[in-house]
Amino acid sequence: MANAAAHGSDKNYLNETSGIWSWLTTLDHKRIGIMYFVTVMFFFLLGGIMALLIRLELMTPGPTIMTADTYNQVMTYHGAIMVFMVIIPGIPAILGNFFLPIHIGAKDVAFPKLNLLSWYCLMAGALLAFSTLFTHKIDTGWTFYTPYSIKTGTSVVTMVIAAFIMGMSSILTGLNFIATVHKLRAPGMTMYRIPLFVWALYSTAILQVLATPVLGITLLLLTMERTFGVGIFDPALGGDPVLFQHFFWFYSHPAVYIMILPAMGIVSEVIATFSRKTIFGYTAIAYSSLGIAGVSFFVWGHHMFVSGQSATAGILFSFITMLVGVPTAIKMFNWIATMYKGSVQMQSPMLFALGFLFLFAIGGVTGIMLAVLPIDVHFHDTYFVVAHFHYVMVGGTLMAIMGGFYYWFPKMFGKMYNEVTARLSFVFIFIGFNVTFFPQFVLGAMGMPRRYFDYIPAYHSLNAISTVGSWLIATGFLIGLYTIINGLTKGEKAPMNPWGGKTLEWTTASPPPHFNFDVEPVITAGPYEYR
Amino acid sequence: MSTDSHSAHGHEHHFAHHFRSAEHEYLTSKEGIWLFMVTEILMFGGLFVGYSIFHNIYPEMFAEGAKSLDWKMGFTNTLVLIFSSLTMALGIYFLQKNQAKKAAMSLAITILCGAIFMVIKYFEYTHKFHLGLFPGRFLDVAKVGAQHANLGMYFGFYYCMTGLHGIHVLLGMGLISWVLFRTVRGDFNSNYYTAVEGVGIFWHIVDLIWIFLFPLLYLVG
Ligand code: HEM
Ligand SMILES: [Cu+2]
Repeated sequence: MANAAAHGSDKNYLNETSGIWSWLTTLDHKRIGIMYFVTVMFFFLLGGIMALLIRLELMTPGPTIMTADTYNQVMTYHGAIMVFMVIIPGIPAILGNFFLPIHIGAKDVAFPKLNLLSWYCLMAGALLAFSTLFTHKIDTGWTFYTPYSIKTGTSVVTMVIAAFIMGMSSILTGLNFIATVHKLRAPGMTMYRIPLFVWALYSTAILQVLATPVLGITLLLLTMERTFGVGIFDPALGGDPVLFQHFFWFYSHPAVYIMILPAMGIVSEVIATFSRKTIFGYTAIAYSSLGIAGVSFFVWGHHMFVSGQSATAGILFSFITMLVGVPTAIKMFNWIATMYKGSVQMQSPMLFALGFLFLFAIGGVTGIMLAVLPIDVHFHDTYFVVAHFHYVMVGGTLMAIMGGFYYWFPKMFGKMYNEVTARLSFVFIFIGFNVTFFPQFVLGAMGMPRRYFDYIPAYHSLNAISTVGSWLIATGFLIGLYTIINGLTKGEKAPMNPWGGKTLEWTTASPPPHFNFDVEPVITAGPYEYR
Repeated sequence: MSTDSHSAHGHEHHFAHHFRSAEHEYLTSKEGIWLFMVTEILMFGGLFVGYSIFHNIYPEMFAEGAKSLDWKMGFTNTLVLIFSSLTMALGIYFLQKNQAKKAAMSLAITILCGAIFMVIKYFEYTHKFHLGLFPGRFLDVAKVGAQHANLGMYFGFYYCMTGLHGIHVLLGMGLISWVLFRTVRGDFNSNYYTAVEGVGIFWHIVDLIWIFLFPLLYLVG
């Protein structure tokens, strides 16, 4: 080992070097993870404020606080920010970057420079995307559907190129993770000894590498369509606007698993640790991640049941979509079996994991409902869909991110957070979430369409409830923010292993030293050897 | 990719601190490059899928479009690129034999081939513009006397596919210039030539894509 530089016990990745420049040029995966943490949280704040504005507008029928045009723009930015800048990079780039190398006993990811470059790509893409706020704000929705996106006089090209660059960032992260998992495992760390979080990130990385290039070419084609009128998506020139949807969802459906698989990884870690039991069905959980990733490529057509694809295609896509339920259910049952007869401890990370199980179950079941062709024909583009995907993305992924933050906070910063305020944040988010989105299932079933800024008076009371719920969620996140800041500034010093976890990160100092471990670990057993 | 040496171990072993050996780093870098190539192929794959869909719908239109391309120019370019793949491979071979001068020569010829390719492309493009064969809505069907009302779409595909490919050729030339510079500086030898090999793989893939593009655009129909 070339690295003989002795680390004093007070030296860690946070204080190894100092100054803003040392951060902006760092090649340490942990620091890069923290940089993602700060920036993605900022994007989340922006997207969240927009969500509150949308909900405020929808509190009463008729124009409430904005015009229809403004509504379309705010909704587009809310969706695009949340998808491309928060949920997709969220877990892999923040927690994955920080913990994947530590979990497999590596000193860093395979390509540290690429890792940094990927952060800069996200920043460049985000800046470009925000620049459109000062020119012609775009109003296509985050899906950029043709033909509207070809005709509208707004900054579609800038936005689409921004999304392309952010896609590059996602590809680079995925590629880096795959190579890291393949090549940098510590001695004795076989593929069946890596923690389930790593399996989840690995499956996600495969999706990032295989699906994102298709989004890339789709967005490039849209750019060319707008600038040169190539005619591929334009019916006036013999093209097919629905082809865009095929291309788009060939990426974006796998992308929803880029959003949810890492969340499932976090939940596996948290449940194993807080149940004090070996995880039930390790291989089944690991393979079901790969299974979900695999199936996700063949189901994009469920977004297009009403776009005029053939009935046969509709039936096929309907059937294959339901297959995704199988590996998902395997995971669910294994988590529950792990908790069964375990000594379950209700610390806040565990609360969030249980919140995930509950909300994701609802999101998943309504997803299967929507996969049923005749049901989707009714519910397509109604609030039922809005409720469904928020249950999955917010109730699922966001719950897991919050749980993961609390779970690993002591390790990342070497400080403990306040358990009372952390639980309070959970209570507000969980209750607020259901108050916000459950009524939307009902609204959707009553026929309220999505993406409209106005509705008939019959939908008023449920919308009002939903809006109040959004304030509860906001309160919950503010308490969470307070908990983090308070923990960072006033938190007690964290021990090495506050939760009694068995994975590798708990065997190194909190916060970890620059090269993660003072001595390279040698692995002799699986990751969750409790009893 | 990450090629900075962390230690003062002398000039033979170039590897970053998180790898076990130079060999370990080499294999990892190679995996990374191949993964990146997968994304490149998939990106072009999207174009090929679009091409085959519309080729199915409008076979005669594609035939008409292919007729207005000059297959001789396309063919010359195919030969140029295949030759450049050879010189690229030779460049790596000479480095493995510690013959940096010959390696630099081969790399320079590769760049030259790329340049020839682009010049021919330039003539093809300007000739098309001259004839009014523009993409999509810019193609005036009456003016060019097209049989098929959608001929513009064929040229949409033509410019998109060859344009994206051309950008890759330019990128490749840039990358080869970079490794050429480093070869001349003496960075590489039989123990360490990862960057050259990575760039080489990229160049071969770009050639390979052209080998698919040429028959699809110039010959089919
Ligand atoms: C936390 C509270 C949130 C509230 C109150 C909220 C509210 C809304 C509302 C009212 C819409 C408009 C729905 C429509 O008319 O189609 C919407 C759209 C959307 N939201 Fe959220 N949202 C929240 C969080 C999130 C998060 C965390 C994500 C992350 C993935 C997200 C992703 C989306 C997407 C993708 C759309 C669709 C935008 C479009 O159709 O262009 N939302 N949200
Ligand atoms: Cu889908």
